[in-house]
Amino acid sequence: MSTGEKPLVIVRHLKKYFAIDRGAIIKHHVGDIKAVDDVSFEIYDGETLGLVGETGCGKTTVGRTMLRLYEPTDGQVIFDGVDLMSLNESKLRRMRQRMQMIFQDPYASLNPRMTVGSIIGAPLEVHGVARGKAKLNRVQELLQMVGLNPYFINRYPHEFSGGQRQRIGIARSMALNPDLVICDEPISSLDVSIQAQVVNLLEELQDKLGLTYLFIAHDLSMVRHISDRMVVMYLGKVMEMADRDEIYLNPLHPYTQALMSAVPVADPEVAQKRKRIILEGDIPSPANPPDGCNFSTRCPIVKEICKRDEPEIRELRPGHYVACHFAEQFL
Amino acid sequence: MSDLIKIKSLTTRFYTEDGVVRAVNGISYTMEEGETLGVVGESGCGKSVHALSIMYLIPSPPGKIEGGEIWFDGRDLLKARERELEKIRGKDIAMVFQDPMTSLNPVFTVGFQIMEVLKLHLKMREAQARDRAEELLRIVGIPDARQRLDDYPHQFSGGMRQRAMIAMALSCNPKLLIADEPTTALDVTIQAQIIELVKRLQEQLGMAVMWITHDLGVVAELARTINVMYAGYIVERGNVMNIYKKTRHPYTLGLMGSLPRLDAAPGTKLVSIPGLPPDLIDLPKGCPFAARCAYRVDQCLEEMPQLEEVDGEQHTVACWRWKQVAGRKEL
Repeated sequence: MSTGEKPLVIVRHLKKYFAIDRGAIIKHHVGDIKAVDDVSFEIYDGETLGLVGETGCGKTTVGRTMLRLYEPTDGQVIFDGVDLMSLNESKLRRMRQRMQMIFQDPYASLNPRMTVGSIIGAPLEVHGVARGKAKLNRVQELLQMVGLNPYFINRYPHEFSGGQRQRIGIARSMALNPDLVICDEPISSLDVSIQAQVVNLLEELQDKLGLTYLFIAHDLSMVRHISDRMVVMYLGKVMEMADRDEIYLNPLHPYTQALMSAVPVADPEVAQKRKRIILEGDIPSPANPPDGCNFSTRCPIVKEICKRDEPEIRELRPGHYVACHFAEQFL
Repeated sequence: MSDLIKIKSLTTRFYTEDGVVRAVNGISYTMEEGETLGVVGESGCGKSVHALSIMYLIPSPPGKIEGGEIWFDGRDLLKARERELEKIRGKDIAMVFQDPMTSLNPVFTVGFQIMEVLKLHLKMREAQARDRAEELLRIVGIPDARQRLDDYPHQFSGGMRQRAMIAMALSCNPKLLIADEPTTALDVTIQAQIIELVKRLQEQLGMAVMWITHDLGVVAELARTINVMYAGYIVERGNVMNIYKKTRHPYTLGLMGSLPRLDAAPGTKLVSIPGLPPDLIDLPKGCPFAARCAYRVDQCLEEMPQLEEVDGEQHTVACWRWKQVAGRKEL
């Protein structure tokens, strides 16, 4: 599942800067947080694209900007041939039926005053898809689909556990039969045994409904498990992009290599033998990224040029893109 | 090696308006000097409460340590006076918490907070304490240690705050360091830094470490012995190789299956544990895992199994059916 198939979403040079203003009464612009800085990728029909990176790398902002929940600073998002940035409010709303989102925090993303039935039914009503008896039937069908008892329809979110709430969030995102679902860290607040339940559910739904996922997470092993291809971001930029096995077996970017080696392995034999790449220091602030390559302040193979020139993203193997001046040595 | 701490049938409960929460239900084990123990379990399994009980830091009311003995340095901590405990806490037994931002006081400098411990427990003078605090920050790998002493916690990044917490915990050369999910709030590359740091410090200082986590990956690499906890009980305990390679408890097996492995074959399904952990207010009569267990027989619903030794090798398991579980790779 890679090139040759039709892309459902094309993201081109997407930028999202958040302005930093100073001054209590008269605001003046003193800088920008470059949360997403020139990001391009495609998502093919029916695949799962994993988007990984650490805190503040811009992965969540990419997801939100794609749906225009944030207005982008620059760039294009082409969904099924239509440039989302050119749409007016009402056309965008109609388009959003086909693009849904699952949020990280199952506690904050469900209104505590609404019953499960009205939470899951809300998108049906807003988009005028179903009401009355038809809505009720659809909601019950959705509850069943995500493994919850349809009898729960009149209960409130606080009566459910974290994993069950996340199922409610998933049911809501499936209500309108979307083509694309953006899953923004859907499992990171759940316990290990519940994480596996939710991931299995997401995979099942994908098989059954032919969904396309953008799966955003910081947990590399879970992203690798669920994705067909992976994008690795660091400080607002794409560092590497490839098929998941390719990127796992032959990571070409020093950041990806360090990230892979930092993931704990639940096997004492492997864990005690393997050599870790420990990165020095912390992630720089996106308000003040370093000159040249964003990773240059922590890179183990940094050279002079890295601090001066930003590396272009290059295709070093078919379908394998890397933004590093010195990636060839790992080929 | 001699025993450092010996815990006998520790029981901790919380008396809440909704009922009695049975958080820790009679757990017993021994830690040797210099040993690394991994305590693994999901939210609400009692792993943190049992550690807080060792420190006698259970908020009371509603909490109450109802029974058991904790032998440390020739005396039972549960019978010690508060004044005696104050001398042990922070000195012989130190603790690092999950969230470094809430465990550091935001209105005092980091240096002040480290020096406070030194002045209190080791009766150091200002200048001496300052030198030692600087040395400690250097040991945990904070650059420009002298200047950073005068920084406030908000001027530190998440990883640096956790390093500062570790510096504080190490200040009196503790015999036992209890680390309660110290890396859960951190990114993987920073987590890798902290794990390396603790490993190095342990080699240098010879202290015992209790590492509490929900992540089977982290302890695979660190620990010599593992306690797996569920619903306030230790359900399996053994050396790290036995726990991972010769798993005997169905819950441990389920936890392992829930984790995606970076080296798994593509398309492998995760083995999730069905259902939810039991409510600690209303624990079932028999084995607390029985409701979710694929190996359940009638006896499991009636009677809680005691920890029994399997295969010699100090591997114990609380399951009626461990002989059936033996050798299985999944549930």
